[in-house]
Amino acid sequence: MFNTEIIVKSLPMLLQASVWTVVYSLTSVAIGFCIGTLMCAAGLSSSRLGRGVAAFYVSFFRGVPLLVQLLISYYCLPLIGLNVPSSVAAVGTLALCTGAYIAEILRGGFLGIPPGLIEAARMVGLSRAQILTRIEVPMAVRFTLPALVNETTMMVKASSLISVVGVLELTRLAQNIATSTFQPLEIYLTAGAIYFVINAVISSAGTLVEGRFKAETAR
Amino acid sequence: MSFNLAILTDNWRELLDGMVLTVLIWVAGTVLGLAIGLMVAVVQLLTNRWIAAPLNVYVAVMRGTPFLIQLFIIYYGGPFFGLDLTPMVAGVAGLALYGGAYFSEIFRAGFVSVPPGQIEAARMMGISRLAIVRHVQLPQMLVIILPALANMTVLLSKETAVLSVITVNELTSVVQSIGSTTFAFAETLLFLALVYWAFLEIVTAAARRLEKRVGRFMLRTQN
Repeated sequence: MFNTEIIVKSLPMLLQASVWTVVYSLTSVAIGFCIGTLMCAAGLSSSRLGRGVAAFYVSFFRGVPLLVQLLISYYCLPLIGLNVPSSVAAVGTLALCTGAYIAEILRGGFLGIPPGLIEAARMVGLSRAQILTRIEVPMAVRFTLPALVNETTMMVKASSLISVVGVLELTRLAQNIATSTFQPLEIYLTAGAIYFVINAVISSAGTLVEGRFKAETAR
Repeated sequence: MSFNLAILTDNWRELLDGMVLTVLIWVAGTVLGLAIGLMVAVVQLLTNRWIAAPLNVYVAVMRGTPFLIQLFIIYYGGPFFGLDLTPMVAGVAGLALYGGAYFSEIFRAGFVSVPPGQIEAARMMGISRLAIVRHVQLPQMLVIILPALANMTVLLSKETAVLSVITVNELTSVVQSIGSTTFAFAETLLFLALVYWAFLEIVTAAARRLEKRVGRFMLRTQN
């Protein structure tokens, strides 16, 4: 017997917890975007050290499972004297992980910018930082928007892993309800449906923005 | 912070078992996932939309929900349907179903990449639709989609770590239990990260080599 009553009963709580899922994943994508931009710029710079650091960063955070990264930040940060709340550590780890993917995504966008544009900006007297924030980043984001939106939905999904290090969000709450009510199927299906809706909203928002960008370029 | 590497050498047997199991799960999940993905893509290509529609839903759901939730549904929700799976079977099935959805999208893109003129020509010669897929489309598209397939395979190897949450005794789970009995979290977890990192770098390098080889083959046939 599929128990719909339990779904109706726990839905408000699950929706509340899903707010945390959205907050954690969007915060980490926002921070990760900044890290990714810097790493991408470093990776394409003429500095050998910058390129080395960027290559190491991208390789490590893409080469180690996110769950392992989360476990390291959860167990090892206190060992070196950093006693941050587990939610902060988890968001930081998510940000570092997505930053590596975003750096790789943006690389394609950065390389697509006509070099003449950068040269012109330099001639006009814009500083390196200005060129990065005013010209390179906006253009790279336009070029790579579908991939960036996709990465955001990936992070919403990946944020379910922070339940393992004890951060309360949608998956963690679903686990709590499932173990106390003994109705895992109903609860996890509901949680899955909520994740699906969140990602559907993000994807359609992405398509909308993409269409606007296209319309602007066409003008 | 003390750093005691003896913890790793003392437990080398368990660690090795965990590593072997991780690789086995990865291989099994990838092979089954590739099979599911190919079947889904071929059925979507050859049948009408009434059969394709549920498959589209499957792909969208697997891609739109977290892998962890999928595992929970299979493992904890399975008994509801009379499926009392062991953690291992549930994990491999989950990995295969998850990977299959992504693989099917890659195959689907591959089918589109073969020029339609070739398929029309083959059809005119009376070759069956399935034979066209096998002898005309697949050999050509595999070269094109190889990087995407390799990329997804690498991603799946990282997802195997998630199986530790449903108590599959793979490497991450072994390392966690060693860590929680000895409290040597730094040594064990850093070792774990290094193993995955090295493994992924090797697999990625192997994939690049394979792509190069296949790419060379493609150039030769075109000339």
